[in-house]
Amino acid sequence: MATKASRSAARLMMAPAVVLLLGWMLVPLIMTLWFSFRTYLPLRGGDQGWTGFDNYVRFVTSSSFWPAVQTTLVIVLSVLIITVVLGVLLAMLLDQPMWGQGVVRILVIAPFFVMPTVSALVWKNMFMDPVNGLFAHLWRFFGAEPVSWLSDAAMPSVIMIVSWQWLPFATLILLTAIQSLDSEQLEAAEMDGAPKLKQFFYIILPHLGRAITIVILIQTIFLLAVFAEIFVTTGGAFGTRTLSYLIFQRVLESQNVGLGSAGGVYAIILANIVAIFLMRIVGKNLDN
Amino acid sequence: MARAVTPRRKLINTTAAWTVGLLIFFPILWTILTSFKTEGQAIASPPIFLGFDWTLENYQTVMERSNYARFLWNSIIIAGGSTIIGLIIAVPAAWSMAFVPSRRTKDILLWMLSTKMLPAVGVLYPIYLLFIKMGLLDSRAGLVIVMMLINLPIIIWMLYTYFREIPGEILEAARMDGATLKEEVLYILTPMAIPGIASTMLLNFILAWNEAFWTLNLTAVNAAPLTAFIASYSSPEGLFFAKLSAASTMAIAPILILGWFSQKQLVRGLTFGAVK
Repeated sequence: MATKASRSAARLMMAPAVVLLLGWMLVPLIMTLWFSFRTYLPLRGGDQGWTGFDNYVRFVTSSSFWPAVQTTLVIVLSVLIITVVLGVLLAMLLDQPMWGQGVVRILVIAPFFVMPTVSALVWKNMFMDPVNGLFAHLWRFFGAEPVSWLSDAAMPSVIMIVSWQWLPFATLILLTAIQSLDSEQLEAAEMDGAPKLKQFFYIILPHLGRAITIVILIQTIFLLAVFAEIFVTTGGAFGTRTLSYLIFQRVLESQNVGLGSAGGVYAIILANIVAIFLMRIVGKNLDN
Repeated sequence: MARAVTPRRKLINTTAAWTVGLLIFFPILWTILTSFKTEGQAIASPPIFLGFDWTLENYQTVMERSNYARFLWNSIIIAGGSTIIGLIIAVPAAWSMAFVPSRRTKDILLWMLSTKMLPAVGVLYPIYLLFIKMGLLDSRAGLVIVMMLINLPIIIWMLYTYFREIPGEILEAARMDGATLKEEVLYILTPMAIPGIASTMLLNFILAWNEAFWTLNLTAVNAAPLTAFIASYSSPEGLFFAKLSAASTMAIAPILILGWFSQKQLVRGLTFGAVK
């Protein structure tokens, strides 16, 4: 059905999107690469010429680099484990027959629609405030000393806020995947007397494998870039400075564009490593 | 799944699911409730759950103080504008990839997706600089463009997966009956594509509404949307829980409602069609 004319028409229809995305990708990328090889301090003398790989070396050897990498990894891994484990359990629960299933689904999904600045601020003030927060009331009720969450337990707090935002995403996708499971398979297993735990490990979990992989990959890409949650809660203090946040601070707060850009290149490489795996799965899906 | 269960089992399921659901929803519920309290009641110890004097005072204060309408308007313009422009660019592209696929279609699709993976912080300064040079910093037009570009891959992907489900046989049948290309597009394809386009619009609107990296870094006063409006409450100022709650409720209410309508499409859009 594809004639030569329709092929060139198709190319024409695709052109605007391709050109725009190409520009959006290449122009900033090339600029970042360019800056990363230069000493560039907009407020202190501007562009002062080439420095070779200095920025790359300085970024990695700075005392804040490894802590930032560690923070990033801890946040990404903790949130992934929490959301995937709870997501699987929650999806299985929501898949059971019950009254008011639709309403429960809506309740569970809601946090995903809350903008990051709102959820961070609500958690920070109304729950984690050491004097008036709900947790402080709760702690006092049980006779315990209220905790200054965002300074004394900053990392667990941030992880908790981010997990709350992403749990709905994991649950929703895993629930969709569970619902596509052929119930006859489970019924057959039931009849053969397979215990529930075995059903879970041999039927349900393998069926969810692909969905779990996709959840992990997509969340990783977004979690590597967590920003607003840190921006409005701790501002990167108390050990919550992630790699993204460190780069943000280098570029906009200390106005060291060369150094920040070198950091940016590292971040791009890191994200691409994850992206390759995601692409492979998505690409495979396109074939059938 | 139509598995037969005993009423007792169903009761247990229901109780467990509702408990967990309410627990997850609680922070939102608490925010909405607090927004109707006075500042004093908002920090009362022990906390008051429902038995307080309901008041709209906080909403009034927030509206008067912060020009909420302007932030709201900016959010609507940025999310709406980027969605509409994105669709105008994406519909033809997705269309041609779905109906006139070539050997390179798959690669192009994957490449488009890869632009979405570019960490924003890695290109923050170049965009910032370009915005200053072009006079786009703190302008709605600038944010519409950025928001459109970061979501364009998702729009194209979503539309593509929808369009691909439209069977080609229908088109052939129409052609056999003598339909012209115009009639084909107008009377057959468009009605079939509208549900897909609508849910793509919805999801994209939500994503643009909640985006909080570029909106925080590229706006100051004029173009600041609701994400920035809320961030302005990040420094504590005496008693402000009730006002913060009112502001938060106003910022999330429109999108919560839209979101509930789009939950099914959300899965497809966010997994690039890999989970349906």
